[in-house]
Amino acid sequence: MFERSSDRSRYPEVVDGKPVVDLDSEKYVKIWHGPQHPGITGNMSLELILCGDEVVDCKTHVGYLHRGFEKLMERRTWIQNFPVVCRIAVPEPAFNEYLYAAGVEELAGIQVPERAQWIRNLNLEMMRLASFLAWLGGQAGAFGNSTIGQWTVTHRDYLLDLFEEMTGGRIYHMYMVPGGVRSGLPDGFEERLEAVLKKVEKLLKEIELVLLNNSVFKARAVGLGYIDKDMIDRYGITGPNQRACGIKRDVRKDCPYLVYDQLDFEVITGTASDTYERTLVRYQEMHQCIDLCRQIVGRMPKDGPFHQPLPNVLHWRIPPGETYVKAECTRGEKGYYLVSDGSLYPRRICIRGPSYTHAFPVMEKLAIGTDIADIAGLMVSLHTYPPEIER
Amino acid sequence: MKELFERLQALFAVTDFHQQRADLGFLSIPKDHAEMLIRHLRDHEGFTHLVFFTAVDYIEDGVFRLVYMLHNYGTKDTLGVHVDISRENATMTSIHELWEQAGLYQRELKEMFGIDFPGSPRLDEDFLLEGWDEIPPMRREFDTRAYAEATFFPREGRTKSDPRTHMREQLYPDPDQE
Repeated sequence: MFERSSDRSRYPEVVDGKPVVDLDSEKYVKIWHGPQHPGITGNMSLELILCGDEVVDCKTHVGYLHRGFEKLMERRTWIQNFPVVCRIAVPEPAFNEYLYAAGVEELAGIQVPERAQWIRNLNLEMMRLASFLAWLGGQAGAFGNSTIGQWTVTHRDYLLDLFEEMTGGRIYHMYMVPGGVRSGLPDGFEERLEAVLKKVEKLLKEIELVLLNNSVFKARAVGLGYIDKDMIDRYGITGPNQRACGIKRDVRKDCPYLVYDQLDFEVITGTASDTYERTLVRYQEMHQCIDLCRQIVGRMPKDGPFHQPLPNVLHWRIPPGETYVKAECTRGEKGYYLVSDGSLYPRRICIRGPSYTHAFPVMEKLAIGTDIADIAGLMVSLHTYPPEIER
Repeated sequence: MKELFERLQALFAVTDFHQQRADLGFLSIPKDHAEMLIRHLRDHEGFTHLVFFTAVDYIEDGVFRLVYMLHNYGTKDTLGVHVDISRENATMTSIHELWEQAGLYQRELKEMFGIDFPGSPRLDEDFLLEGWDEIPPMRREFDTRAYAEATFFPREGRTKSDPRTHMREQLYPDPDQE
């Protein structure tokens, strides 16, 4: 990371953690970092106030991608919402599908067949790997190593090919329908998955040499965006951002869902809690994804039903009630709060995305005192997806 | 979680405890005691994680039900605290001092439901909507279809058909009429 100037006389006075800035004094520059900027994660923007190269104030702005999903879902039947939910996090739709299905199943009292649970789990871990690959390209690109982005996007495409084979869709799968999944695995899928996992493993070895051992990357990422342990609960930080500071929490382990309680894995943590450590934690989690995919494929039942028959979904009334279901997505705790009033339509669906707090209070705090050149790297290291903020 | 509810019942006017799962429960509390209960849950019962904070509109009863979802990392329990407030005078005590992200949830609730949280920082700044002058859109009486029809218009020359009529006339014509 760039060093802060030690002479603070030219910088604004800080009162209650906020700098006192008079833009009319012409000492400061206000710039918009995004929404059209290669260093921003999706359609959002940061309103930065600079003093020289140093950021003295930051405000996050979203709303460029607001499609009003939570409102739309109140006007659609339960089954009509199933193809809607995957659009809530574009690079990682499977978690939305799973959580929506899990919430509906809990309220309706539906038992999902065991084979469907294993297939869902495989789908989620493949999705995690694909999402991490997309993020890794962004993280490297933010510090100028844009070739890595081309490698990771290619390998993500190999995974998307598998999703296409498995579900019929590359991005939006609409696969985990309430009651189970839409189909079993195609013939020979396990071998083709193994071939892709091997390719990704080989790529990760190269990335370790090119990125994690790269002196420029280390010089810029070490110490950047330090998250103190005290901030974790106060800001609601979850996922790798939390684990990189040494806190061993993971929904997959703490509140197991699907078949995670039958899989062998450890929660990966770090200590330094900066951009480099967060990269390292996610890098290790990618290896963990590969391992989990292999475990699932080796142990999943090959036969049996993959879907529980549903009542006529066009007239499907879910008994009144409410629930909250959660899962560990690549960015942290993702959850769905569903309320049914017994009618054909949901009363309320509220989506808890980890980016909500990571992109707003956390980003706004960490940006202060950072060099403008490091903002993109910091932003990507928090791994935020705007659509899950805007819902 | 039943023991937790009994402990809370001795201290606060909590009611309507409902256990949805072994690790998920809901309870209700009157508006005036809610902030005290939430502070107590955070400081003394280990519910240090504010999972989310939202509202459900019960227009037929004239209330907004605020839902504070709290999680205890120690016991792995999640507790939803319901607070009913009147739709007419939709105001609630702010909890922005308890969690940093609470202010943002309150900013969203102000914009989407029109619920006021006096003292909450940046409450009146636009969150998702810019220059919105209609009623708050997440309220049940806001009709998305009527709004879309009044605000947007179809491209000139574009025709549209009712799916039911189209299916009957084009896809499955009645053979007796031909």
